[in-house]
Amino acid sequence: MKKASIVMMVGSLLLLGLYFFPLWNIMLGAPQYPEPLGMNIYIDGIKGFNEFDIQNIDGLNHYIGMKTLPKPEDMWEFSAFPKVIGGMVFLGVLIGFLGFMGKVNHKWFLGWLILMSVLGVLGMYDFNAWMTDYGTNLDPHAIMKLANPDGSPMSYKPPLIGKAKMLNFDVDSWPRAGAYMMFLGMLLTFVAYIMGKKSRNTKTS
Amino acid sequence: MKNYKHYLVALIGSALLFSCGNQNGKSSSNGALNSSNAEKVYVAPGEQDEFYAFMSGGYSGNLTVYGLPSGRMFKEIPVFSQFPTSGYGYSEETKPMLETSFGFVPWDDSHHPDISQTEGVLDGRWIFINGNNTPRIARISLTTFETEEIIEIPNSAGNHSSSFITENTEYVVAGTRFSVPVPQRDMPINEYKSNFKGALSFISVDPEHGHMDIKFQLMMPGFNYDLSHPGRDKSHGWFFFTTYNTEEANSLLEVNASQNDKDFIAAVNWKKIEEYVNNGGGTMMPANYAHNVYDEATHTATSTMKKEVLTVDPLKVPGAVYFLPTPKSPHGCDVDPTGQYIIGNGKLSADLTVHSFDKMIAAIEGKKFDGEAYGIPILKFEDILAGVVKSGGLGPLHTEFDGKGNAYTTFFITSEVVKWKLGTWEVIDRKPTFYSVGHLMIPGGNSRKPFGKYVVAMNKITKDRYLPTGPELEHSAQLYDITGEKMELIYDFPTHGEPHYAAGIPASILAPKSQKIYRLDDNKHPYAAITPDQTRVERKGNEVHIYMSMIRSHFTPDNIEGVKVGDKVYFHITNHEQDFDVPHGFAMIGQNTSELLIMPGQTKTSVWEPKKVGVWPFYCTDFCSALHQEMQGYVRVSPADANIELTWTLGE
Repeated sequence: MKKASIVMMVGSLLLLGLYFFPLWNIMLGAPQYPEPLGMNIYIDGIKGFNEFDIQNIDGLNHYIGMKTLPKPEDMWEFSAFPKVIGGMVFLGVLIGFLGFMGKVNHKWFLGWLILMSVLGVLGMYDFNAWMTDYGTNLDPHAIMKLANPDGSPMSYKPPLIGKAKMLNFDVDSWPRAGAYMMFLGMLLTFVAYIMGKKSRNTKTS
Repeated sequence: MKNYKHYLVALIGSALLFSCGNQNGKSSSNGALNSSNAEKVYVAPGEQDEFYAFMSGGYSGNLTVYGLPSGRMFKEIPVFSQFPTSGYGYSEETKPMLETSFGFVPWDDSHHPDISQTEGVLDGRWIFINGNNTPRIARISLTTFETEEIIEIPNSAGNHSSSFITENTEYVVAGTRFSVPVPQRDMPINEYKSNFKGALSFISVDPEHGHMDIKFQLMMPGFNYDLSHPGRDKSHGWFFFTTYNTEEANSLLEVNASQNDKDFIAAVNWKKIEEYVNNGGGTMMPANYAHNVYDEATHTATSTMKKEVLTVDPLKVPGAVYFLPTPKSPHGCDVDPTGQYIIGNGKLSADLTVHSFDKMIAAIEGKKFDGEAYGIPILKFEDILAGVVKSGGLGPLHTEFDGKGNAYTTFFITSEVVKWKLGTWEVIDRKPTFYSVGHLMIPGGNSRKPFGKYVVAMNKITKDRYLPTGPELEHSAQLYDITGEKMELIYDFPTHGEPHYAAGIPASILAPKSQKIYRLDDNKHPYAAITPDQTRVERKGNEVHIYMSMIRSHFTPDNIEGVKVGDKVYFHITNHEQDFDVPHGFAMIGQNTSELLIMPGQTKTSVWEPKKVGVWPFYCTDFCSALHQEMQGYVRVSPADANIELTWTLGE
C-alpha cells in the first residue's frame, strides 16, 4: 500500500504540468501559410504558437465575422481551471499521503480518479461549447458570409480533436504536453488503485 | 589548340572593339541544350536556391539579389539611388541617406559588393558596396537587406578600387580612381603631374554594430587606383591596389596612359600604418563629408557632416608601401585563398602576371629595389614574380578561385573565362562568354574559403541572347558549373543595371537569420502610432502632422478634414501588421514624391503639399488582402483662409 500511495501522489502531482505546458493545440495551415498559424491553449489562457499568431489569426477571422480570441480576463474558465486543477492536485496528494499513513484505503484512489474524469469530461464539454460558439456565432456584418451547399451558414468550429478542412485551411487540434502529463497522471492513479487492491488482497490471503 | 588559334586570329582584328565571340557560340553552347544541365539549374516550385548572389547595379546605383543556380531575381536593394518602389530616398526617414557634401545626390554608380568576413570566411553580417561617382561606401544589413549606413569619402574621386574588406572586416577600403588636387582648389589641369594625389582610404568597421569611420587616408602619388584586394591568411595585414596612368597623363588617357610597359600594384602594409596612426601619427586635415546612419529602432536616418580626416604621407611610415611592377595597365587585382599569390591582370596584355607574397617579403628584406617613384620603393619585377599564365587570350580582367587550387580569369577582349592552375600556371580549360565579360564571381571566391561550385560571368553585351527589347538590353550573366575538370555553361540570365562585381554566399548562412517583421513594440519612431488610439492629426502653423496606422484592410483615420492649400502635410504611417511579408503601401494624389511601402511594424513619413481645393483620395498600393481595393481614405482640402477645424474619423 505504501508503494501504491507514492504512485498515487506522483500521479496527482503530474497534473502540475498543466501550469507550465499547453493543454491543447490548434494549428491552421494553408498554402499561403507555409509556417502554419497556431494557438496553444493553457488552463489560464491562449497563447500564439508563434509570437504574433493570435493577432494574425484574429486578422484573418475578422473577414468571416469571428470574435477575437479571448484574453484570460474574457473567460471565467481561465481563472477557474487553475483553481480546480490545484484543488485536485492537493486532494490527490492528500489521499496518497493518508493512504501512506494507512488512514484510507485504495478505493479513495479510485474515487479521486472518477472525480477527475468527471471534471475532465465537463472541461472538454465546456471547451467544445466555447469552440462551437466561437465558430458559429458570427458577426452579422461580417465582410464574407459563406454558406454550406445546403444553404446553412458555414461553421468555423475547429474539431475538438483531430484534423479538419476549413475553407483552404487544414486544421489540426490535438492534446499537448500538459494534457499528456494529466493523462499519464490519471493512469498512474489507476495503477495506484490496482496496486493498492493487490497489496490488500495479498495481506488478507 | 588549332581551333583556338583560329579563334584568336579571327578576333584580333576587332580586338580593341567589343568582341564578337558568337562564331564559336553555336558549337560550344551544346552544353546548355543538354537536359542534364537544365536539371542543374532547375529549382522546382516550392524549392529554394542554394546560393544568394548579390550583384552590383552599376548605373542603377543599387544592389540586386539573385538566386543561384536559378538566376531568379529576388530583390533590388536601394543603396545610392532613390527608389520609388519603396520610397527610399523619398520618405522623410530615408532622405538623409543620400546627403553628401554636395547636397542631396540621389544616384550613384555602384560597383563592387563585398560580404563581411571573420577570419577570412564569409560571416553574412553585412554587405558593403561603393558609390563610384560621388565617392561613398554603403553598409547593408544582411538580416533586413536594407542600407543602414553610407559614408562619403573626402579627397577622393571615382571611388573604384573599393569596397573590399580585410579578413576580419577590420577595414573597408575606398581607393580613388581619379587623382585630384588635395585639398581641392582652382588650378590648371595640365599641372596634374606631381600636384594631384591619390587617396587610399581605410574605413574601420565597428565589429558589433558595423559602424564605419575613416581611420586614415594614405596620400599616394597621382596615379589612377583601379582595383584592390586585401591579403589573405599569410598576407593578412597587406592590401594590394592596381594602378594605371603611372604616366600621370591628364588628357587622352586612352593613349597617354598606355605608354609605360609596366604600371604598379601598390602593396600597402596597413597594419604598419594602423600602428603609426594609433601612436599619434598622421596629419589631421580639414574636410567636409557626410556620414549617414539609419537607426533601426526609430526607422530613421540621420546625416551628420564630418569636418576632418586623418591623412598619412606614405614616406613618413617607412616599409609600409611598395610598388610591384605589373605589365600593361593592370585592372583586376586578386589574391588567392592562401594569400600567397597576387594576380595582376594586365588589361592590354595576353598574359597574367602572378606575384609571390613570400618573394615580395624576401625582396623587401633584401632591399632589392629598382628605383623609386615619389620616394616609394619599386621592387624588381623578376624578384617577385611567381609565374606567368600564358593564356593567349586578350584583355584579362578579373580572377576568382574555387578553393581547389584553380583560378578562373575573365578575358574581356576575347570574351572568355579561362581556368588555370595555381603554381603550375597551366591553362586547364577555356569557355566563351556571351559577350564581353567583366567580373566573374564564385561564391566566397575572394575569401579564404570559396564555395567552388559555380562561376557567374557578368557580361557587358547581350546582343542575341534574349528577345530584343529595343536598343537597350539588360546585361547577360552566365552560369558555369565548375565542379568538373572542364567548365560547363549551364545557364543564361539577364541582370538589372550593369553588374560589375558580385558576391555570393550559401543560402544556409543567410536565410535562417533573415528578418521577417519589425517588432511594433521595438518601434521608437518619434511619430509612430503604435496603437490605433494614438492616431491623430495635429497642426503646427502650416504643418499638419497625421499620425496614421494601417492594417488589413483600412487606414486609421480614413477621413481627414481641416487641411488647407499651402499646408505641408506629413503622413506618419505605421503598419500594425506583425506578419511576414505583409507590407502596405501609401499613395496620395498629386504628391510630388513617391509612394511609400511600409513593412510590418515600421513607420514611414511622406510629405504632401496640397495645391488645389477639393477632396482628395489616398490608397494602399500593395495588394494586401481580399479587401485591398477598399483600403482607401480622403483628405478634404479647404482654401488657405478657411476656418475648418481639423477633424479625423474612421467608421463614422
